[in-house]
Amino acid sequence: MKVVVCVKQVPDTKGGVKFKPDGTLDRAAMLTIMNPDDKAGLEAALRIKDQYGAEVTVVTMGLPKAEEVLREAMAMGADHGILVTDRVLGGADTWATSQTIAGALRNLEYDLIITGRQAIDGDTAQVGPQISEHLGLPVISYAQDIKVEGDSVIVQRQYDDRYHIVKAKMPCLVTALAELNEPRYMTPGGIFDAYKKDITVWGRKDLTGVEDSNLGLKGSPTQIAKASDKVRKGAGEKVVLDPTASVDYIVGKLTEKHVL
Amino acid sequence: MSLAEYKGVYVFAQQVDNEVSSIALELIGKGKDLAKDLDTTVTAVLIGHNVMGLTEVLGEYGADKVIVVDDPELKEYRTEPYTHALTCVINEFKPDICLIGATAIGRDLGPRVCARIHTGLTADCTQLDIGDFPINPMPGKEQKHNQLLMTRPAFGGNTIATIACPEFRPQMATVRPGVMQKAERQIGRKAEIIEFNPGFEPNERYTEILEIVKEVSNIADIMDATILVSGGRGVGSAENFKLLQDLADAIGGTVSCSRAVVDAGWMPKDLQVGQTGKTVRPHVYFAIGISGAIQHVAGMEESDIIVAINKDETAPIFDVADYGVVGDLNKILPVLTQKIKEAKAAN
Repeated sequence: MKVVVCVKQVPDTKGGVKFKPDGTLDRAAMLTIMNPDDKAGLEAALRIKDQYGAEVTVVTMGLPKAEEVLREAMAMGADHGILVTDRVLGGADTWATSQTIAGALRNLEYDLIITGRQAIDGDTAQVGPQISEHLGLPVISYAQDIKVEGDSVIVQRQYDDRYHIVKAKMPCLVTALAELNEPRYMTPGGIFDAYKKDITVWGRKDLTGVEDSNLGLKGSPTQIAKASDKVRKGAGEKVVLDPTASVDYIVGKLTEKHVL
Repeated sequence: MSLAEYKGVYVFAQQVDNEVSSIALELIGKGKDLAKDLDTTVTAVLIGHNVMGLTEVLGEYGADKVIVVDDPELKEYRTEPYTHALTCVINEFKPDICLIGATAIGRDLGPRVCARIHTGLTADCTQLDIGDFPINPMPGKEQKHNQLLMTRPAFGGNTIATIACPEFRPQMATVRPGVMQKAERQIGRKAEIIEFNPGFEPNERYTEILEIVKEVSNIADIMDATILVSGGRGVGSAENFKLLQDLADAIGGTVSCSRAVVDAGWMPKDLQVGQTGKTVRPHVYFAIGISGAIQHVAGMEESDIIVAINKDETAPIFDVADYGVVGDLNKILPVLTQKIKEAKAAN
């Protein structure tokens, strides 16, 4: 079987976020990582490969530098890497991003597509379901377990207070939670092999079935009206009271804020 | 069809097990504010099976109309039939704005619907306003009025962005639970009920639910919790977390903890907040007996309201707390839990 995993190279927000003087994000100054949910998705694909001998292709969209995450994925055990990069694709919102990736996936054969639930830079969780819609596939989001059974996948789909065990016929798309598994490490041999393999690079002209009007900044229905650095909130109030007065203080504040 | 023909504020009235989710009422509450600015009405879209009985509460909380899509295929949430239902409602009734809760359901339904309709969707909004786009006039660009301005945190909460969707309708947003206010309930207030069924033909995109497993609250995902009651080393023992669990039960929250607590073996790793645990952004975060090491603060400082209780008045947690109480958690928590129960009972 053929599994395609979509991954994103993201700034490591845990290491702190750096800004340029003009207030925009200084991506070049920040360390990058493979997005955690995507990495769990890749691990799930590699486990399917270990079990059934699947062929795993990893696709990313980004700047040429995003090749790094493909190398990492191949060092973990992925068979092929495809980088979708083109200036005209920049500035895309989730609609235009999902159109781009769907345009790349139409060139590939797949039984199962796995994406992360969401990327830690945008946190939208939208691109996976949107890709599935553009490709006319069933989607199961928020997967905390993925199994293959015959021509179907069986997924534990997480909700707030429960999970559903959901069956979908392949081809289908599943979005993975970071909790799904503990991704394997790259092996020295894997790293060596990964740098011997070729990465396929696709630009706008290689995308299938997508209009220019759906790509990049111009193809994005949402537009940024304003972006600003989050104002750090400083210390608020601090009181030293006896226990009963402390409770009255807390209840009073929660009532004021409509929590109670 | 021109954009001006799209009218009204619509909200997806999420229900689970034929119970209206709190987020549905919050969206109606916010929808009323937006509708007032636009001189229009709020319509709740209720999707499910045998859900007609839920229309009453939606009206009482402020919905002017309720569109009910009722079909056996809609008994449990599944992406495809719900997408079909909401897409057909949007195509039939043409709303100007459509709000969906940023829940584990809404964050799947929203993107699927907007991809089918071809419109924009802004995720996890924490603020919604009606205003101009661009916000300030720009030479050579038409400034559009009465646009939905959707504000959301991004980059792990390090930036705040305000987004508009000027060329497509409806303007769609998912909205973080626990942030918007419900309107006051008006007993007996009636919404106009509209039944609508576009027909459901299972196709290859339909999934099959084999089993539903309900989980107990203490393994709920702390990242989705609206209220977290979080304990640190100062709680003293695994047994003493009962005080926090009681408070969480009373206020409708979830218990979480700091790394020290996991290292001590008092609580499972799944509940850990912080740099090596989970990053959480609940509406209310109680930091109880947590000193507030920077690694912990990095995982919770985006909470809307932070309440800290600690006996050490120099604890760094007070530097990020909105409301800090210096005192003994063992004396404060039982009384606090009791008072909150009383307050809830009175509502």
